[in-house]
Amino acid sequence: MEWETVIGLEIHTQLATKSKIFSGASTAYGAVPNTQACAVDLGLPGVLPVLNKEVVTMAIKFGLAIGAEVAHRSVFARKNYFYPDLPKGYQISQMDLPIVGKGSVEIEIEDGKTKIVGVTRAHLEEDAGKSLHEDYHGMTGIDLNRAGTPLLEIVSEPDMRSAKEAVAYMKKIHSLVRYLEISDGNMQEGSFRCDANVSVRPKGQKEFGTRTELKNINSFKFVEKAINIEVERQIDIIESGGKIVQETRLYDADKNETRSMRSKEEAMDYRYFPDPDLLPVEITEDDIRSIEKDLPELPAVKQARFEKDMGLSNYDAAILTSDKDLAAFFEEAANKSGQAKLAANWVIGDLSGRLNKEDKSITDSPITAEMLAGMIKRLAENAITSKMAKEVFDAMWNGEGDADQIIEKRGLKPADSGEVEKIIDEIIANNPDQVEQFKAGKGKVMGFFVGQVMKASKGKADPAQVNKILSEKLK
Amino acid sequence: MSLDSDDVKKIANLARLQIDEADIPDYAKNLSNILDLVEQMDAADTDKVSPMAHPLDAVQRLRPDAVTEENQREHFQEHAPKVEDGLYLVPQVIE
Repeated sequence: MEWETVIGLEIHTQLATKSKIFSGASTAYGAVPNTQACAVDLGLPGVLPVLNKEVVTMAIKFGLAIGAEVAHRSVFARKNYFYPDLPKGYQISQMDLPIVGKGSVEIEIEDGKTKIVGVTRAHLEEDAGKSLHEDYHGMTGIDLNRAGTPLLEIVSEPDMRSAKEAVAYMKKIHSLVRYLEISDGNMQEGSFRCDANVSVRPKGQKEFGTRTELKNINSFKFVEKAINIEVERQIDIIESGGKIVQETRLYDADKNETRSMRSKEEAMDYRYFPDPDLLPVEITEDDIRSIEKDLPELPAVKQARFEKDMGLSNYDAAILTSDKDLAAFFEEAANKSGQAKLAANWVIGDLSGRLNKEDKSITDSPITAEMLAGMIKRLAENAITSKMAKEVFDAMWNGEGDADQIIEKRGLKPADSGEVEKIIDEIIANNPDQVEQFKAGKGKVMGFFVGQVMKASKGKADPAQVNKILSEKLK
Repeated sequence: MSLDSDDVKKIANLARLQIDEADIPDYAKNLSNILDLVEQMDAADTDKVSPMAHPLDAVQRLRPDAVTEENQREHFQEHAPKVEDGLYLVPQVIE
């Protein structure tokens, strides 16, 4: 039987504020345990939460970016459960009246096609603390620095049909929150993580199958792997006559398997109710419009501009706008060199390749956009050959200075036409057989000649020039 | 609306309250009485009333995003039963 996978994602993204959602404690990452946990975060008696204005602004930005309705009236609720990383005994979250309503994003799926994925809602909530289970004499250590950190939980519709689509959606949301500068999206530090609701059904069936929820997945790679392994597990169970149990499962990356955490019967009863400590949040149309005015250029708009104004292909523009920093780097290199297409090729090709190989991000690149532009300029005016450009690129990467310094120090310059002609004459004289073949109409032999000339010139000849002179001489 | 002893046990468990088996019938009766009292409000016609999220007719005031709290860990941890390496120690919670 052919099966169809149905996936919905809940993405938790940490908002990049200086202070917590309901207190004035710092949200800086990596502080000494419990030095950023104040009386409000600790849930001490008599304290009152006061909502951070920036958190509201950031949520509105996200809502506008996905074309969603921003709620004019939004309410916080208590989600009750007992766990020591949540000292109040409840998490402040939103239930009935979330700040962001229905919206959607467009993702790119196989062979350049696109698909709309619905966003059901996005709501604000506070993060919990961290439990350290290593041995404290049989006890658990609690660090509450993270308690009260603002989160935006983005809930999608069950619109995705493969693990690849789920990854594309997650990447899209990741790119969006980074563009909007509402989150640093740092997955290692837990600023961007997701839960996946996964089910399968026979292809063509309308009703959804029973779903399981995969918890706390913190990388794009793991989302794909976790979903694929869970889909396999569900199909195996159904095909051997079993039934899927609705439950929460944990993905174990080391063993590449999912395992049960708790079933629906053991599921918590959260007893949501409006938090009496917090009044309803009112957002006026004016508030929304003034935030809308300050929105940065979003990826889709930027991509269209790169295609239209800079003449990039759809493919190149999509890659370059997938990340805000990458787009900024490219744009600077393109503007400073005046060579958009060359800049796109170098950024997507050599530079990205080198960064990937050394596991660096664009912001850590030892070659700045200005340096790359300097090299591209020289290449475009034929002051160096493309082979020399690669040498300059390597030297810049290794910190030997900018392009002009390296070109000067290494004495890089293309062979002049006199030198090239001399080499060509020699090669023609030494290879009479190939000349015969060429004259007999075997055009392919041209490649042989160009190769010989390039070799003899040690890469200093400009291939275009070599081609031109060769064609004339062989006539 | 009347609660039975299973409801009482569930509520106690959710609230992490330890109760005596012998007291359960009394709790069931008292809690049911409270619910009956609240149930009287069902008689009111609320069709045209939008749900209220807070008894005060006011809206949330927002604070600027600024760090205003200093580290008072030593002070707070004086009251904790057990601390080590700056962590609050609690009974083991991992399953």
